[in-house]
Amino acid sequence: MTKETQEFWRWSEKNWRAPGLDWRDASVVAAGIDVGSVSSQAVILVDGELFAYHSTRTGSNSPDSAKRTLAGAMEGTGMTLDDVNHIVGTGYGRVNVPFANRAITEIACHARGANFMIGPTVRTILDMGGQDCKVIRCDEKGKVQNFIMNDKCAAGTGRGMEVIADTLGVSVEDIGRRSFEIDEEPAPVSNVCTVFAKSEATALLKVGWSINRVLAAYCAAMAERVAGLIDRLGMEPDFFITGGIAKNAGVVVRIERLVGRRAVPLPEDTNFDPQIAGALGAALFADALYRKEQRVAAAR
Amino acid sequence: MIANYGYRDGSGEYYVTIDTALCVECVGRWCVEACPERLFEIEMDDYDDEVVAIAPTARKLLKERCAGCKPTGGHVGLPCISACRPGAISHSW
Ligand code: SF4
Ligand code: SF4
Repeated sequence: MTKETQEFWRWSEKNWRAPGLDWRDASVVAAGIDVGSVSSQAVILVDGELFAYHSTRTGSNSPDSAKRTLAGAMEGTGMTLDDVNHIVGTGYGRVNVPFANRAITEIACHARGANFMIGPTVRTILDMGGQDCKVIRCDEKGKVQNFIMNDKCAAGTGRGMEVIADTLGVSVEDIGRRSFEIDEEPAPVSNVCTVFAKSEATALLKVGWSINRVLAAYCAAMAERVAGLIDRLGMEPDFFITGGIAKNAGVVVRIERLVGRRAVPLPEDTNFDPQIAGALGAALFADALYRKEQRVAAAR
Repeated sequence: MIANYGYRDGSGEYYVTIDTALCVECVGRWCVEACPERLFEIEMDDYDDEVVAIAPTARKLLKERCAGCKPTGGHVGLPCISACRPGAISHSW
């Protein structure tokens, strides 16, 4: 591939399946689909246990992306749409998941997903998604108590990171590591707006900054923006980060420095991925909603 | 649930905050009519409570939509806050 045609923003798609779990033995199969502006995920739970998940890039059409990611999660399992008892859609494209039984906001889903991944100690969740960023406070059950959304700017989002990756010709997955390969921490770039960041990054390179130094300044700027949101809402531990940027240490470590607290890591023995929190929460809602329906039907 | 909508820029923080627990019992829904920009919408929240929220299409445009209610817009007292009798709405400016 030549340099001109290489796409630096492309991150790896992910597909995971629980070894040794057979959905055919299950009484409840529930799915959650998170159609975000940049990526889409599907999570399948069988009897409340994580069975499969899939993550892919969102295409231009939300219903197609929803179908594609659910098909990805089911691939090779013999499961079809008819075998799923209940589906909840979430994310920016949630109202466009054609086969969903219900749409639930990503705020509620991320809180519930984080609660399932980490446990009842999680109280503050930072969701850094493709096109916006939210801070959510929840109770021990993962129910939302307080939340804040950032403004209209793509700063501090996955999309913003992709633009920088493309401008500098660095793979998104290398940004975190490279942003620390510097002699000293530069001041954050003044403009995190994606439109200006692009020209600012180019200008900094021209005056002799190394790529890594520009990356560091950009990660620092994103972290500053997000830390402002956390300050506004107040931080109660445990603190957990969801969304694609949770995997970018360049931003995460700088946020931790600013808020003076480490984010809880995922336990090493789990197969969770912070990017599936929304879809996982949606699947948990689907599981609970289906059981409730069954109870109501049985009581009739 | 406390919902914060708004933004921060060089001049300060501009957030409208709604304590939706108070909306559940609210009979008047006064905010809906009171806001000159019609930013409040009644919705069923994720836990099946009927509450108000800033309309999804307006959430990222509050800089422009609430401009008339900013100090620079000449407003004293915000229509949404004055109208909400249960006291569910507050603001940061
Ligand atoms: S008037 Fe106040 S309490 Fe009633 S719905 Fe509006 S914000 Fe909620
Ligand atoms: S500040 Fe003004 S424009 Fe904004 S929500 Fe309240 S009444 Fe509506």
